[in-house]
Amino acid sequence: MTISTMPDRVSASANSSRRSVSLRERLQDMLPKLVLAPSFAAVIVFVYGFILWTIYLSFTNSRTFPNYTLTDARAYQRLWRWTFESDPPSSWYTSITNLGIFGVLYIGICLALGLLLAILLDQKIRGEGMLRPIYLYPMALSFIVTGVAWKWFLDPGLGLEKTLHAWGWTSFHFDWIKNKDRVIYTVVIAGVWQASGFVMAMFLAGLRGIDGEIMKAAQMDGATTVQLYRRIVIPMLRPVFLSAFIVLAHMSIKSYDLVVALTSGGPGGSAWLPSNFMYEYTFKRNEMAVGSASAVIMLMTITAIIVPYLYSELKEKGR
Amino acid sequence: MSAASASSARNGLILNRIVIYGLLLFFALVYLIPLFVMLVTSFKTMDEIQSGNMLALPKDPTVEPWLKAWGETCVGLTCAGIKGYFWNSAKMVVPAVLISTILGALNGYVLTKWRFRGHKLVFGLMLFACFIPFQSVLLPMATVLGMLGRFGNDLREIFGTNFGFGNPTVNLVFVHVVYGLGFTTLFFRNYYEAFPTELIKAAQVDGASFFQIFRRILLPNSAPIFVVTVIYQFTNIWNDFLFASAYAGSGDVMPMTVALNNVVNTSTGVVEYNVNMAAAIIAALPTLLVYVVAGRYFVRGLMAGAVKG
Amino acid sequence: MKTIAKALAGSLMASTLLAGAALAQTKEVQMLHWWTSGGEAAALNVLKGDLAKEGFAWKDVPVAGGGGDAAMTALKAMVAAGNYPTASQMLGYTVLDYAAAGVMGDLTETAKKEGWDKAVPAPLQKFSVYKGKWVAAPVNVHSVNWLWINKAVMDKIGGTEPKTFDDLIALLDKAKAAGVIPLALGGQSWQEATMFDSIVLSTGGAEFYKKAFNDLDEASLKSPTMKKAFDNLGRLKAYVDPNYSGRDWNLATAMVIKGDALVQVMGDWAKGEFVAAKKEPGKDFLCYRFPGTDGTVIYNSDMFGMFNVPADRRAAQAALATATLSKSFQSAFNVVKGSVPARTDVPDTAFDACGKKGIADLKSASEKGTLFGSLAQGYGAPPAVANAYKDVVTKFVHDQIKTSDQAVIELVKAINDAK
Repeated sequence: MTISTMPDRVSASANSSRRSVSLRERLQDMLPKLVLAPSFAAVIVFVYGFILWTIYLSFTNSRTFPNYTLTDARAYQRLWRWTFESDPPSSWYTSITNLGIFGVLYIGICLALGLLLAILLDQKIRGEGMLRPIYLYPMALSFIVTGVAWKWFLDPGLGLEKTLHAWGWTSFHFDWIKNKDRVIYTVVIAGVWQASGFVMAMFLAGLRGIDGEIMKAAQMDGATTVQLYRRIVIPMLRPVFLSAFIVLAHMSIKSYDLVVALTSGGPGGSAWLPSNFMYEYTFKRNEMAVGSASAVIMLMTITAIIVPYLYSELKEKGR
Repeated sequence: MSAASASSARNGLILNRIVIYGLLLFFALVYLIPLFVMLVTSFKTMDEIQSGNMLALPKDPTVEPWLKAWGETCVGLTCAGIKGYFWNSAKMVVPAVLISTILGALNGYVLTKWRFRGHKLVFGLMLFACFIPFQSVLLPMATVLGMLGRFGNDLREIFGTNFGFGNPTVNLVFVHVVYGLGFTTLFFRNYYEAFPTELIKAAQVDGASFFQIFRRILLPNSAPIFVVTVIYQFTNIWNDFLFASAYAGSGDVMPMTVALNNVVNTSTGVVEYNVNMAAAIIAALPTLLVYVVAGRYFVRGLMAGAVKG
Repeated sequence: MKTIAKALAGSLMASTLLAGAALAQTKEVQMLHWWTSGGEAAALNVLKGDLAKEGFAWKDVPVAGGGGDAAMTALKAMVAAGNYPTASQMLGYTVLDYAAAGVMGDLTETAKKEGWDKAVPAPLQKFSVYKGKWVAAPVNVHSVNWLWINKAVMDKIGGTEPKTFDDLIALLDKAKAAGVIPLALGGQSWQEATMFDSIVLSTGGAEFYKKAFNDLDEASLKSPTMKKAFDNLGRLKAYVDPNYSGRDWNLATAMVIKGDALVQVMGDWAKGEFVAAKKEPGKDFLCYRFPGTDGTVIYNSDMFGMFNVPADRRAAQAALATATLSKSFQSAFNVVKGSVPARTDVPDTAFDACGKKGIADLKSASEKGTLFGSLAQGYGAPPAVANAYKDVVTKFVHDQIKTSDQAVIELVKAINDAK
């Protein structure tokens, strides 16, 4: 309003139009948040709200049904005690040690195998279109479907061992699925089979995204293929490693049907993972408080692994 | 001498190719074993399954198990095969995938192009949601769905229809949308993160609105990530058993996985492995098809952004 | 985008249309169960037909898997949603848990009319009657302490009915010497524990079984008798084939049916498998009580728990309950299932020799007070305790617990922990 001589009417109309503009602008400002709001609210209620509910229940003595009277931390005390019971192993001890073995091997082998397959497929392969779906298809099948086939294949009386014996290799011995100390490795095998193709696809996509010029320049400098991959390509795939790690970590910690379909818990319950423990105690044993406490501990473990990653990723991106 | 080194280099190259192809084929064979076992079993008679080798080809191939799985096998007390359950699954999977994908796209758009204070925290919270074990939300979610159902009953008394509240299929769509949002938002956010912001700015200067920009600039360029998200969501939702059995177990709304489980997971009588395997393959056909047909776009889509962090 | 919007609109419309059809029907019986296969499903179809004759439709909610685990999870979700089925297949303490939560209906009127109080054995009523109200209709009575023997193999090795545990061991030795797998066992915790139920009864007798596995008396649990029972379990374990671990129970039964194995220790549902394979008792297979347990019956029972449904659905519920405990259905169903009727006044004419013996045994055990709940099957103690027990037994069988001394200590500890 630099022109002081402007008639009042005009000024008023300008004012009102500015007000309406600012209203629309404000709406425009609000719009993105309004669009995001339902999703965010749903996540807050149905994820974080339910996490709080679970935490609450873990401090009650809920058994078959939720009981909302707070009591004590007996569920955690029991879990804590079970954590150190290794002879004979408590179900909880078995579950968490199995998760250690399973998590490390499953994630490690999937990453290594996925990367290897991706690098091999990236060598201008004829028939890539044929091979890729072969590595990928296990991800498309649920374990209700493939568990039976795997169970047979690993059963010494039905599958691989029997077949090789029939073919004349009678000294061959492979009974891990029946062995309490080995059964968790059969879960790893089936799990790797299921997920490594997906990881391969992620790495393949990452490889295809690398600038060809960089590769050429390195080759001109006389780098061998191995050097090329070790020094240049693999470091450039770092974000893919991290994404793949997140996907695998979440799958390993949620693995439930894998164990049930393949081993029905394993000899003496020796194939349990924490998600099996949680399901068993919540739904089968009617010890909901213990089940909830184990869920809380699982979530805390995930937090400890994921939050640092999220933090570093988001901090970097925030520039 | 140079000729010799060239030929040895070529030999090395050929050897190299042999090793690469050998490894790829070896792994392909290993990956195919379970599918192979399922396929050959589904074409065998029960006698042959019980007496023979699981890896052997059927001596006397029969399509009987497939016909039985498709149209005769019993799912509970209804013996009409598993064919009818495709529609139950489709009815739930299609809306769930579409809604969660579209919401994910909008969320990704807001979180990258319309940033506000705390956008990182919002994204972090949504991403962490991917990790919640579904077993632990089963009961509280059932309670919520029960409330929605009672709300639906009230609505029915007033309007004569419940607008879908309390309908098991709608419930499953709702649940899958809620627990799929984390992943879809992650995929789209990372994709749009790399999308040049200048284009958006320019469009804003031209007076384009929030939705106009989304529809005219981002959407046309989102095909690859749509493929990734749709495939991911489709397989996860199609294969879900936990929610489906808990919220939609009755025969008329039961999705395919629950029906298949009822066929396969029986504990009495002679287990008809051939029928089970045929049923399993039939039930998996949609997801298999999606992976094989869309697999090439999948890799392209991942390349275009999903893996960038 | 347009097509997506169209598809969305379409699916939304479809779901609103569907919603109209999802109305709870008053002339409808909504039934949750895990009997999805073979003879059991066929027998349920009889029930479905009976109800159809009275004008009630059957809305099937079958959830198979884990011997009812998946179905019980679904039930819990349905109840949490306040969306009660008319009835659900249920076991033992689960019925009481749901009754205590106040979600079960009241069948007392029907029970009076049909005379259930007299016809159903008292130990069963402990689980089907809660605070004086009938809340569940028992479908059958299974008995756990049975031996199932292939007759051809038995004849080949010249064996006779084992009367004591040592007889059984001698018989198994004969089979071993003849190159047959002596004992068909599925190495899953519930099967091992089901066998152990019989061993404990055989080792300690009826009174001991009741004190240890129904009353959870600590002195009995840690007694030398229990240690001896574990020793006996260890002796039996030496007669299984190396591939037993994880095997399903019906595959173990199939080994006996085919003559690959001599004997299986299993509940009478195993007879359902023999019947389905067209085998006849006395001719193809033999049923003996687990040695040293004749006169006592360790039971479990499938029940149809009846939920507290709105008044307009109760007529259908009462019809279902009546049909379930009708003599004709009890006879037809249990002939197929291998179990015996849940009411003791059903004529045994339709049953084979083993079934007749089962019915007679149930009647006399019920009168003598030697009818006890199976701990392994969830009729001895609540699920938390029963599963803690199964943990110990399976860990002993699979060598995670190495001695019977340790097993007894672990058993007491696990049961106290779960109580």
